[in-house]
Amino acid sequence: MAGRRRSAWLAQALILAAVLALAALLATTTAGHLQERGIRSGFDFLLEPAGFALGESLLPFEPGDTTLRAFAAGLLNTLRVALPAAALALLIGIAAGFGRLAENPLLRGLAGAFVTGVRNLPLLLHLLAWYFILTDLLPPGDAAFNPLPGVFLSKSGLALPWWGEAGFEIPQPAGFGLEGGANLTPEYLALLVGLSVYSAAYIAETLRGAVLALPPGQRLSALALGMSARQAFLLVLLPQAWRAALPPVTSQILNLLKNASLAVAIGYPDLVSVAGTSLNQTGRAIECLSIVVAVYLALSLFAAAISHRLEARLFREQGE
Amino acid sequence: MSFGSLRRTLFGDPLNTLLSLGVLALLAWSLPALLRWAVLEAQFAADVGACEALDHRGACWGVVAEKARFILLGRYPAEQAWCPVLAALLIIGGWLGAASGRLPGAAVASCLLLPPLLAFPLLGGGFAGLETVPTELWGGLPLTLLLTGAGLAGALPLGIAIAYGRRSSLHLLRALLTAGVELARGIPLVAALFMASFLLPLFFPEGGGLDMLWRVLIAIVLFAAAYLSEIVRGGLQAFPAGQRDAAAALGFSPWQTERWIVLPQVLRQVAPSLANSAIALFKDTSLVTVVSLYELTGSLGLALAGDAQWRPFYLEAWLFIAAIYWIGCSLIARLAQLATRGAAPRPQADPPGN
Repeated sequence: MAGRRRSAWLAQALILAAVLALAALLATTTAGHLQERGIRSGFDFLLEPAGFALGESLLPFEPGDTTLRAFAAGLLNTLRVALPAAALALLIGIAAGFGRLAENPLLRGLAGAFVTGVRNLPLLLHLLAWYFILTDLLPPGDAAFNPLPGVFLSKSGLALPWWGEAGFEIPQPAGFGLEGGANLTPEYLALLVGLSVYSAAYIAETLRGAVLALPPGQRLSALALGMSARQAFLLVLLPQAWRAALPPVTSQILNLLKNASLAVAIGYPDLVSVAGTSLNQTGRAIECLSIVVAVYLALSLFAAAISHRLEARLFREQGE
Repeated sequence: MSFGSLRRTLFGDPLNTLLSLGVLALLAWSLPALLRWAVLEAQFAADVGACEALDHRGACWGVVAEKARFILLGRYPAEQAWCPVLAALLIIGGWLGAASGRLPGAAVASCLLLPPLLAFPLLGGGFAGLETVPTELWGGLPLTLLLTGAGLAGALPLGIAIAYGRRSSLHLLRALLTAGVELARGIPLVAALFMASFLLPLFFPEGGGLDMLWRVLIAIVLFAAAYLSEIVRGGLQAFPAGQRDAAAALGFSPWQTERWIVLPQVLRQVAPSLANSAIALFKDTSLVTVVSLYELTGSLGLALAGDAQWRPFYLEAWLFIAAIYWIGCSLIARLAQLATRGAAPRPQADPPGN
């Protein structure tokens, strides 16, 4: 046994030596390359002017502002699209999941077609379609659709009544476009709709799986106690399914957050796309990408913590 | 289902009646319009004038006829078009062989490994009178299949190795692998592709640099291996311990036990999850367009972006590649079903509380 333990230590020492050697090799090669190309390293560039503009930003941003502010604006843009998309995805996903479990064959078929149709296409393809529809097929700004009073949908995006400088404003046609209220760009809308529809299909499947995985005796017992099929579903099956579905649904929401990085492909300035631009500007690939990695890992940990607390609460409520 | 019970499920109570009428109204409104657009008023010839005259009242499938070769094969030289076609067929053939369920384990492995390996020289050319084709010109569906096939071929063995490594008794190895897997699973693929594009070149000595395709492939393999390793690890954890004891009692060495007893059962058990990962990988290859490799999705953009005449019919061309992805995903799902068809259900203890 002692011999085995000694060989285990030896093996670990060898692994450590190999990892350190590899790291040293990569570090010297990288340092050599950076020196050749005259790229300085370090995070000082974060406090220098960014030198690029962002297509849109919740945080007011000018090219003269610091790169750090650009990253913050990018992160805020990621959250600005991912959080509403997550809420929408849950709503659509729950509806489609219930639809797939419905007794009504027409509804079941419709929900099934939605889920299969959406899941069999790459998210990027979804986004490109929405982007094309929003930028090419809609009327121009001066002939915008006006489905509700104060709401205008056109090539330049979706204009909504919103609080502006002069209090609550309602968009008014002015010249070739609209003035007042808030305007959501086609890039933002395409990402919002694409992300929520795509994740909704996965959430629907997760919910369906969670309900179907319950022991069949649960439903039969509920029916035997005189509940209707709908009561059995809502009062017996669903509360149990929620608990089983929570961890996979959390991971779907995390996927949505990561998938928001596809913003790069349609030109919405999210965190990853800001990092890409800044990387091209400064050449500091290691620094820019390590910021992205750190932020995403932090977001994952944060989401995991929230899910943990939710789970603990669900268990407590159900007296376990 | 009899007519009576159908009527009951559709119109049994007010809520169901409302839902049924809603769905029927939706179908009645959308299907005729769709039929009119896609078939009755559609233009099938590659004739821009005729398509423009339609003014989107009907589909212009002519864009597919006009651009099909470019969308499917990207910028690959036309005179050697048979090379990517053959490579694509080889990879699909390998998958079909692997899923046939009649081959022994080693043959299944070579069906997954060999075709992507053969595809590289076939696409690259430079022998037997074939012109050398640099990887920047590879594109379209063969590139999608190559990235999926080679990605899987690399990621599956690596994922299995990582899964075993994370069960090792060496703390350091376990910690390193866990950190690596969590890192890869925590970041978006786009970020991993950026790393492949901008970081990897810094790591290689001058002259030993790999071109973009190889760097992207490294990123895809590592990324997919992290996800696959979690699936295999789950399967290994759920494996009943008694079987290992039984194998040891029969005189199997630890290696033999894993090779002949544990792994075949675990892989079969997790095959549906592996298939889901394969489908995810197939779809995710579309992201390589952000680092300027033009697989199926990228070549769609490339084919239409600079062509003002055909660009208005983007939606029709989009539907064409959407159909290809749809068929691809269904095919992989179906193959996985076939591959596990003969799997005996694992005996399960009664679930508790039932």
